[in-house]
Amino acid sequence: MNRLKFIALKELYHILRDPRSLLIVFLMPVMMTFLYGYAINLDVEDVVIAVVDQDRTDESRELVDRFYNSAYFSRPENETSLTDPEALLRSTEAAAVLLIKPGFGRAVERGDKFYLSLMVDGSDNALSAAVQSYANQVLLQFLKDRLPAGYILPGIQLSLQVKYNPDLKSSHFFVPGLVAIILIMISALLTSITIAREKETGTMEQLLTAPVKTHDILLGKLIPYIVIAFLDGTLILVFAKLVFGVPFIGSHLLLLLFGFIYVTTSLSIGILISAAVNTQQLAMMFALTLTMLPSVMLSGFIFPIKNMPFVLQALSHIVPARYFLTIIRGIMLKGAGLGVFIGQGAMLVLLMVIFLFIAVKSFNRGTA
Amino acid sequence: MSFLNATNIYKSYDKITALREFSLAVEEGEIFALVGPDGAGKTTFIRILCHLIRTDRGEVTIAGYDIKKDFEKIKPLLGYMPQIFSLYPDLSVEENLKFYAGIYGFTGQAFERKRDYLYSFSNLGPFARRRAQALSGGMKQKLALSCALMHDPEFLILDEPTTGVDPLSRHQFWEILLQLKSEGVTVLVSTPYMDEVARADRAAFVLDGRKLSEGKPDELAARFRGRIYFLNEEPNPTLVENLNRIKGLKAQRFGAGMHLYLDENDDIARYAQALAQLNIAVDKLAPAAPGLEDRFIQLTETGS
Repeated sequence: MNRLKFIALKELYHILRDPRSLLIVFLMPVMMTFLYGYAINLDVEDVVIAVVDQDRTDESRELVDRFYNSAYFSRPENETSLTDPEALLRSTEAAAVLLIKPGFGRAVERGDKFYLSLMVDGSDNALSAAVQSYANQVLLQFLKDRLPAGYILPGIQLSLQVKYNPDLKSSHFFVPGLVAIILIMISALLTSITIAREKETGTMEQLLTAPVKTHDILLGKLIPYIVIAFLDGTLILVFAKLVFGVPFIGSHLLLLLFGFIYVTTSLSIGILISAAVNTQQLAMMFALTLTMLPSVMLSGFIFPIKNMPFVLQALSHIVPARYFLTIIRGIMLKGAGLGVFIGQGAMLVLLMVIFLFIAVKSFNRGTA
Repeated sequence: MSFLNATNIYKSYDKITALREFSLAVEEGEIFALVGPDGAGKTTFIRILCHLIRTDRGEVTIAGYDIKKDFEKIKPLLGYMPQIFSLYPDLSVEENLKFYAGIYGFTGQAFERKRDYLYSFSNLGPFARRRAQALSGGMKQKLALSCALMHDPEFLILDEPTTGVDPLSRHQFWEILLQLKSEGVTVLVSTPYMDEVARADRAAFVLDGRKLSEGKPDELAARFRGRIYFLNEEPNPTLVENLNRIKGLKAQRFGAGMHLYLDENDDIARYAQALAQLNIAVDKLAPAAPGLEDRFIQLTETGS
């Protein structure tokens, strides 16, 4: 135990004295949170929408006001050209055009079926989807406010329902995923580099000829990084809460538990990589390719798994981030309990056991 | 039974055979030197002793323990200093010492006593807070040795510890080794320097994975066959080449001059005419006693 302490302490010195690793450890999570929170923003605000009101009733005028008073939409600069809505879309002066045909006011009053036509610039897929759902929300609110309680307007049916992230804020969606990415990055990348460094400088041989057990070496080297991984995770969550107002509804303890399982899995992958390579540079390349890439691409972080080709879907099953992502999103955004993601949890534990087993085996073989 | 017993070690890498039928015995309390050119197999042998690589065939025992079965028991006895500098460059002199003491279980006062003792003959005390990467080559080697000595090993294994180190530091380094020997430490050291071999108790010449000759330094040198003359003339390559063209004569650069090698029954007078053509008078040649280097060259070239 005492020997483990010396190895962990030495590792801490390495981290604290290497400005580059310090930079990776503390600046990157903050930077990535900013990037994903702001730059890669899928939220839609102030979409320019042109409303062509051919109905010209009180009802239609109120709907128009509702649109422009919402945070989602704003007026086009040049309202004189409203005669040709399609020209507006083509010239990209407006991202959407709402056409209120005559008869809207009467239909609202009588409860008749009526269609408003919404034209959306479909060249931006994310934008058009957002505009549709926002327009629906504005319309629904308008109708609700005009009706006495309990009265349901026949003719209007809204199939769209947005849950858990009612504002469809992409930061809410990204931040939990970001925790998953950062954790595996720090754990796998830094541990594989630090072990490869000991091989590169020959100090690993010194450790192996000293009366230190393999698990002392491994644990001693890993513990500082486990601590750092958790510090980083906390950093992102606090940051996300303060800057983007990302909520944390569920149990912190539950997240901590699964975070630990996930970090252990990631560390095992790091050890596995370092057993296979002898230089820090190779370790870094392998770690980035084997952890970053699948964690971003195949975990559902950005792209939904169910839309992927079969091979990639199958491959995603051995990506630990896939399971952790579901779990952390569930806990943070939905306040889900253990029962909800017992399957994901079990898979994560299984992956941890498998990776850890192979890692320790390969470390022993690679060094002894 | 010897302190170290290696019997019939055979080790090959993909296409290269590094050691073949290699046997060596080192007695307790002696300094044993392994000498041979690069690629002779010295480092492979040392790494086998430290259990960093496995033999294909052969047995090794250290202090009576079989290296395959009981390496854990050998570890505390062993102090190993690898060929390349392998301490932590970003740790200070003292932190390196503390770390190595720590992983061998030496902490607190036991560490401080040992540290002060090691500082006393390494002279690294004033540099205690300097990072290892900022040390000179000689100081690095002394620090590496100090780290290897931190846990009072009984058996010190050094792989070319003085290669690339200035002569004064080399001398100081060997003073430390002799001091350790007087304290009862057994030392196995590989080196390319003949003057260091001369300071060892015994030595072995290694070539192509084989042990060619073994014994006390003066015995080794005395096994030279033939006569040697020292030629006090600048050993420029053309001259060496011209001398070697003379049938029966061999010339080799030696220090500031040259050594001329003749067969045992030969006579330098036979070459007077040939030498005169190169402006060399026979009476300028002084008979010389064979040294380790002469014998080593002979072994390298003839294999016996």
